[in-house]
Amino acid sequence: MDELLQLLKTDGRQSVKTLADMLTLSEDEIRSRMTTYEQQGIIRGYRAVVNEDLLDPNRVRAAIEVCMKPDRGGGYDRVAERIGKFSEVESLHLMSGGYDLLVFVEGDSLKEVAGFVNERLATLDGVRSTATHFTLKTYKDQGVMMETGSEHERLKVSP
Amino acid sequence: MNDSKSHPSYVAKYLKAVPRSGIRDFFEIVTTRKDVISLGIGEPDFVTPWHIRESSIYALNHGATSYTANLGLLELRQSISRYVEHRFQAQYDPTTEIMITVGVSEALDLAIRAIIEPGDEVLYHEPCYVSYGPIITFAHGIPVPIATHKENEFRLTREALEAKVTPKTKALLLNFPTNPTGAVLTQDDVEMLAEFAIKHDIVVITDEIYAELTYEGERPSIASIPGMKPRTIFLNGFSKAWAMTGFRIGFSCAPPELTETMMKIHQYTMLCAPVLAQEAAIEALKNGDKDVEEMRRAYKQRRNLMLKGFEAAGIPCLRPKGAFYTFPYIGDFGLSSQNFAMQLLEAENVACVPGTAFGACGEGFIRCAYAAGTNEIQEALVRIARFVKRLG
Repeated sequence: MDELLQLLKTDGRQSVKTLADMLTLSEDEIRSRMTTYEQQGIIRGYRAVVNEDLLDPNRVRAAIEVCMKPDRGGGYDRVAERIGKFSEVESLHLMSGGYDLLVFVEGDSLKEVAGFVNERLATLDGVRSTATHFTLKTYKDQGVMMETGSEHERLKVSP
Repeated sequence: MNDSKSHPSYVAKYLKAVPRSGIRDFFEIVTTRKDVISLGIGEPDFVTPWHIRESSIYALNHGATSYTANLGLLELRQSISRYVEHRFQAQYDPTTEIMITVGVSEALDLAIRAIIEPGDEVLYHEPCYVSYGPIITFAHGIPVPIATHKENEFRLTREALEAKVTPKTKALLLNFPTNPTGAVLTQDDVEMLAEFAIKHDIVVITDEIYAELTYEGERPSIASIPGMKPRTIFLNGFSKAWAMTGFRIGFSCAPPELTETMMKIHQYTMLCAPVLAQEAAIEALKNGDKDVEEMRRAYKQRRNLMLKGFEAAGIPCLRPKGAFYTFPYIGDFGLSSQNFAMQLLEAENVACVPGTAFGACGEGFIRCAYAAGTNEIQEALVRIARFVKRLG
């Protein structure tokens, strides 16, 4: 992967100047490459990785396995697009194996998520069945450990 | 009660003359201070990749708590044999020519002790790692440092070597990429050194611990030059590229007679390297390529960041091609290396290492490691710039 993308994937808040210095490119070059990535749809956004468990203990996350009836012509895509447009849906994947779509949903309460599944997801045309698994605790999200233990300290000066 | 005055000193005289490392003195001052940003650390700031640590835990769970063969686990020696052939184009037999040691430091000590008789001279280039001079003295050899200069990018020249070689010269000790300068050798340099060694019939001990951390240009090893194998002791280890300093695993590759002799000393003084660390090293070679690549990329980016910062602050600095150190020239600010480092610490809470810790010709320089986080590096650069601005 391109070094610029890799740096942005690790830390989206790096300043253009820092990125330019690290990659020995001009700031203009960094800006234009970022714009190109954005225009090509390769960079889809920049956001903080938040430990929701610390923020609001009532917040609920669920993984929902969805079995579908494929649509002639559109396959799974048309229904997937409809599901993905719900703001409750955090991520959505077509899977191999025993079910078709894996939907990660977030909500402020259990009731809210249950309501979404019952009323909106399960009732969609093309959805044959759903199985909902609620998250009890998040250990790692988007490549980031949610709890960091105390770090072993290196010597301050060494040869 | 203090009896010390009533006894003569029991310490061997030749050891009294060996000064303790300048780094140690500095370390003691730094530890008394809080909130120091340290660019003085000679080890990766990465934690050993998890799969490598996990392999040690797995081995421990399965009862790997015993000695290993003196030479080290055969599986590890076999992996090293393949790795050295692939990476350095030098062939070594894992059963007779490779030994696992407790860090490269031990391997270096064994190599020197295996070949040096009292009064033999050993050439090495300065500025250099702090142990080179002392371990030669410990083996009753005579350290003969060769000063290298920024004008030659801290590489060795034939003239400098010829000026120091004598009939008593037994060995030449190389460390490229170099701690603290980040200097590397070109293919021409390596061929010149090989010719020099053959002409004067001397052994070459080459410590290539930073070889994987080479960022640009060639990465030739003298061990691969035709005719050099019989007189070369090739040393490497896992500390830097795999971020495994605390595991203490190094290795030596040398012809059977030399390996056997080094093994004798190792057998009676160390017995073997710790088995858990050897297990981790097997995993490092088996599945660690991607980690090395990622860390190399990160170091290179940080190097660039640091060089840019020195440039902006008006501090001249060569572009190091390997290792993870910059060696900026601070000689025009009117302070000795030692005073510059001390005052920088006092005024701005940034720790670096005075160049003189690595030999007298390090005067005028400081060593700043970029094995640190980008935020730390950036903040340190702001402080250094402020500090030199005040110096004028």
